[in-house]
Amino acid sequence: MRCRDVVELMTDYLEGALSARDRERFEEHIAGCDGCRAYLEQLRLTLKAVSRLADEAIPEPVQAQLTEAFRTWTSTAR
Amino acid sequence: MGEGSELDALRRGDEAAFVDLIQRLHGPMLRLAMAYVADHHVAEDVVQEAWLTAIRSLDRFEGRSSFKTWISGIVINHARSRRRKESRFLTFTSLLRGDEADRRGPTVDPSRFGRDGAWRELPTTWQNIPEDRLIGAETLDRIRSAIQDLPPKHREVIVLRDVAQLDAAAVGDLLGISAENQRVRLHRARAAVRKSLEEYLA
Repeated sequence: MRCRDVVELMTDYLEGALSARDRERFEEHIAGCDGCRAYLEQLRLTLKAVSRLADEAIPEPVQAQLTEAFRTWTSTAR
Repeated sequence: MGEGSELDALRRGDEAAFVDLIQRLHGPMLRLAMAYVADHHVAEDVVQEAWLTAIRSLDRFEGRSSFKTWISGIVINHARSRRRKESRFLTFTSLLRGDEADRRGPTVDPSRFGRDGAWRELPTTWQNIPEDRLIGAETLDRIRSAIQDLPPKHREVIVLRDVAQLDAAAVGDLLGISAENQRVRLHRARAAVRKSLEEYLA
C-alpha cells in the first residue's frame, strides 16, 4: 500500500468496512509510516472538533415554549 | 436513561425528562437543520416546529428506531420543505453543486505525494495543539464554514454522523442511501473539513 492510497481508505478503516486482509495491510502501513499516522490522527482530531458543533444551548424562550406545548399535550391529549 | 425508558417517561408526561431531551438534542438538531437551511433563525424555527410535530406524534412513535433518529427524521422533513419554499432564492451555481456529490477522485492533493505514492512532506502532528485552540470558537467557526461549503449531500451525512452522532445504519435509513454511498460521502466530507483545518492550524 502506498500513502496516496492509504489516505483514501481512512474512512473505511474507521468505519470497520475494510476486509480483514486490507485492514491488516492498512495497519501494517500505518505502524511504519509517520506521515499516514499523523494524517489519521488529524482526521480523528477533526472528528473530535466537529462533534463540538453540537454544543449549542437551547434558547430559554424556546425551551419555555416547547415545555408549555409538552405540558398541554400531557394534560389534554390522552 | 435508556431509549425505552426515555420514551416511557415522555409518555407518562415526565417534564424533567422532556426538558433534558430538548436540551441535549437542541445543538445536534440545530446543526442538522442548518445542513439544509443556512440561516440560523430559520434553522431555529425548523427545530422548534420539529419538536412540536414530535410532541403531537409521541403516541404514534413506535420506538423501532432510536428517539434521536426519529426526531432527526422530523427535522430533516421540516428543513427540506423549508428549503424547497426558499429554493427560488438559490443561485444557479448552488443548485449545480449537488451534482458533485458522488464524484470520485482523490481527497488529498495529488501533489503532496511523490511518484512512488509516498508523502513528499509529512503531515504535521496536531498532538501539540492546545485543546482550547483545537476546539476554540474560531476553529469551530472555521469548521462550520467548511461544512457549509460542502455539496449538500456530503453536508447532511457529516452532520448526521459526526455532529448528531447517529450510527451508520440509522443514517442509511434516514437518507435512503447504501452503506457504501454513505461512506464515500462521509469520507469526502471529513477530508474536506480536515483540509480546511490543516490550512487554518498551519
